[in-house]
Amino acid sequence: MNSLKRVHFFSVILNFVLAAGISVARAQDAPDVGPHPPEPLKAMESHIGNVTGHSRDAKLDYRRYCAGCHGDLGDGNGENAVWLDPKPRDFTMATFKCRSTVTGMLPTDQDLFNTIARGLTNSNMPIWNTFTKQQRADLVAYIKTFSPRWEKEKPGDPIKIPTEPPVTIESIAHGKALYTKLECWKCHGPQGKGDGPSAATLTDSKDQPIRPYNFTAGGDDSRFKCGSTNADIYKIFITGVDGTPMPSFADVIQPNDAWDLVHFLRTLQVKRHSKENEVLKAAGGKIPPYNETPSTPPASPNNSAAPASPSENRTAGGGN
Amino acid sequence: MRTSKFGVAVLIATLCPALMFGGTISGKVTYTGTPVKQKPIDMSKEPSCAKQHNPPITTETVVTGSNNTLENVVVYISAGADDANAPAQAVTFTQKGCQYTPHVIALHTGQELQVVNADQTSHNIHPLAKVNREWNKSQPPGSPNIQEKFDQPEFISVKCNIHPWMHGWFAVLKTNHVSISKDDGAFSLPNLPAGKYTVTAWHEDYGTQTQEVTITGNETKAIDFSFKAKAY
Repeated sequence: MNSLKRVHFFSVILNFVLAAGISVARAQDAPDVGPHPPEPLKAMESHIGNVTGHSRDAKLDYRRYCAGCHGDLGDGNGENAVWLDPKPRDFTMATFKCRSTVTGMLPTDQDLFNTIARGLTNSNMPIWNTFTKQQRADLVAYIKTFSPRWEKEKPGDPIKIPTEPPVTIESIAHGKALYTKLECWKCHGPQGKGDGPSAATLTDSKDQPIRPYNFTAGGDDSRFKCGSTNADIYKIFITGVDGTPMPSFADVIQPNDAWDLVHFLRTLQVKRHSKENEVLKAAGGKIPPYNETPSTPPASPNNSAAPASPSENRTAGGGN
Repeated sequence: MRTSKFGVAVLIATLCPALMFGGTISGKVTYTGTPVKQKPIDMSKEPSCAKQHNPPITTETVVTGSNNTLENVVVYISAGADDANAPAQAVTFTQKGCQYTPHVIALHTGQELQVVNADQTSHNIHPLAKVNREWNKSQPPGSPNIQEKFDQPEFISVKCNIHPWMHGWFAVLKTNHVSISKDDGAFSLPNLPAGKYTVTAWHEDYGTQTQEVTITGNETKAIDFSFKAKAY
């Protein structure tokens, strides 16, 4: 008798809940509410090649795989965030590390897509290559719902990366001179160990301590934050790593000088097999001092006024 | 004949604004209490800068003058005098001796900013913008000035990551009626047409204060701001 009463009691409550639910649903169907019920987040799209991502389709994936760290609100305050270093990205700021666009600009959809697939080395962001292309595109669209900047601004155009010239001991030597002149060593250290004089004081844009990249760690599997190819290294220091102390060098380094710097940076990865390390080995393992005014080729490291002709020559050489 | 005409034109051009926009709001910014002592900056890691400062300079979070005056306070019309147009001339922000001069600059939205590196060392200019775009640019010695603009009003903290003691502010405003207090604490907002204004005083550590002021004609209204010093 008692249990029957209880069942009856629950069924009454259930009826109430159902009735309330139906009436809410009815209210939403009512024509005067408008064609669409208000959504908590503005729907966004992403375009990756011929795949179109829809934010609405990423809701469950985001909740399941991303919110634990990045938070339901995308503010980087997920329940795991306190345990993580570096902290999960705060999508409400719309500031992203890995971009092909100039510093301060939004990344392209492809940039975000690549970051999800690649993960971020030296952080807790794993490689998400188990997702389908569609899932990743949907998540890119979902990330874009967290900041109004995605509605107001267009991402910049990807930077132009000229063809890589051949690796020579001269280009490595010039790269080394640039590493000194541009004071990369102030943070990354003279040997690229991430132990420069300013390294210990670095903080990111949320005042969290952050370490400069240690080029010497890791072997053939070593990756950079934003990729692992020579073009990725080029992109990293030209665009800067926004939200971190790593600035953009776009205004202060010429395209082909940048390639020389890339070649030198590879030699800092002492445990990694690379074309650059082979060239260095063949030259006796020592980087010769860079001659500021060599007779050939006519490199112009300080002449920012007329970079066109030498860079064209060198680019053509690299293409052959 | 030509010159005299020109002279009259110049006279009218200079007098007209004074006649038409006679109102001025001026006054002094002071503090009460005891401001926290500023710390000397150790620049030994950057000898080219350290040798320019003997004795070493201190942090500039709170800069005061005699008679309790407060420097580096941005006093501006926050309501009543929004200007659509930014002044044509750029505002210069110089890095010299691993220090920002001036410590605080005021810019109109869209006004050009020129960042100068007068040092023999690389700096990176990193405005930690939250409303505007956050960018971060390297500027080695001898490189051209960095030219930038901000399109949203915001008080932006600026730092150099290479020299973590370097700290400054960009006050990006919607108005050209702005005055930054010097060591005598004085500010002056001239050329105000008759109207009701909200005057805001902003200090990087002590926050903001506002006062309502009505200008009726060619008058000078005196208002003062007094901030309570933080003990830590």
